[in-house]
Amino acid sequence: MIDLFLTVVWPALKIVLTILAVIVPLILGVAYMTLAERKVIAAAQFRHGPNVVGPFGVLQPWADALKLMFKEVILPAGANKVVFFLAPMLTFALAMLAWAVMPITENFAIADINLGLLYLFAISSLGVYGIIMSGWASNSKYPFLGALRSAAQMVSYEVSMGLIIITVVITVGAGGFNLGNIVEAQRDLWFAVIHFPMFVVFFISALAETNRAPFDLPEGESELVAGYFLEYSSMQFALFFLGEYANILLMSAMTVTLFLGGYLSPVEVWFLGDVWMQPIWFMLKTSFIAFVFLWVRATVPRYRYDQLMRLGWKVFLPLSLFWVVLTSGIIVGFGL
Amino acid sequence: MEVAESYLPILIFMVLATVLAIVMAGIPLLVAPKRPDSEKLSAYECGFEAFDDSRGRFDVRFYLVAILFIIFDLEVAFLFPWAVSLREIGLFGFWSMMIFLTILTVGFIYEWKKGALEWE
Repeated sequence: MIDLFLTVVWPALKIVLTILAVIVPLILGVAYMTLAERKVIAAAQFRHGPNVVGPFGVLQPWADALKLMFKEVILPAGANKVVFFLAPMLTFALAMLAWAVMPITENFAIADINLGLLYLFAISSLGVYGIIMSGWASNSKYPFLGALRSAAQMVSYEVSMGLIIITVVITVGAGGFNLGNIVEAQRDLWFAVIHFPMFVVFFISALAETNRAPFDLPEGESELVAGYFLEYSSMQFALFFLGEYANILLMSAMTVTLFLGGYLSPVEVWFLGDVWMQPIWFMLKTSFIAFVFLWVRATVPRYRYDQLMRLGWKVFLPLSLFWVVLTSGIIVGFGL
Repeated sequence: MEVAESYLPILIFMVLATVLAIVMAGIPLLVAPKRPDSEKLSAYECGFEAFDDSRGRFDVRFYLVAILFIIFDLEVAFLFPWAVSLREIGLFGFWSMMIFLTILTVGFIYEWKKGALEWE
């Protein structure tokens, strides 16, 4: 009995606890991301934003969650039942799952796998399924158009994202698929410095990948009302919403890990470089990039669809391809 | 065995995330009111009755983008193993990939000139 406990139950329990140690702060972070967005945009427009529920509105996300929980679940008459309910769950689960490989300190990641970067790329690419499924299953025009636009835009920007990831892998060299190795390779110099243009392109692609302003055409309120989750209500809607914000945080964390030295401290003085400070640095950097997401939404007007496609295929793709060739040429040519 | 073990947390995470999603999606089914009527359940079209089925025709360019994506994503998939071993394979590996990329770039220029990337 005790043997069984020590060999099977205890290790499994330990893994579950590690997962909870990431997933609980993550869901809290996502909940407060929704509040942060409203606050940041309010500040940009000289308003107060939500400030009634609790001091400075800090209880607003809980009020929103409770309200959504008690709303009626609507299944449109023409919808495909199973796919309709599967889509939000898939979106949410995938947005959570990608965090499994994120290195939060130098010796903590839920799963420290060798192909972490590929896993991350794969899971974030799967996100498009949730959108296509919801758009198709709703059997309504706006969601359908929104899903089409969203899918086309996501796959377009994914190509340049893939090429940028390759640039990073080339720079790291052997073991470059392990996210921990990528961060450790940035101990002397962040990749945002050597690959600065790619850092910018990656961030803009991340905006497009998460359907955020100025690339939020899939949900363009003035034309598509809300886009692919138009027919959803109640917690089904909330799952999409949470998934979207979890993806924003994920993209921020990815930008941080690939370009801004992940959990590493920018200055190695006093206690700031200690291991216990690493999660704090990671969170600070991720929050900063997430803040830039909101900042961009508050300031930049929406793109037209042809401009979006032109930027993705005719600017970013050649640029990132050129950068791959340049980086590999320099590394091979100078034997770095 | 060690490799398989490092993927175990991901498997458990998958189960946990699925359970969490099902629980969250399930809560309103238990506690929320259920008063459906035909107007509420009809597809939203800004107050109009739905004109026709929504799964009609759509722009072929979305399809074209999907095809282009497959080509370039495959290319990215080819580049991954090359990128991680670039330092070991040296000049020979570098130039082999450059030939491949050149051919691909020729194709890319062709499709650009053909107007496959135009959305007007």
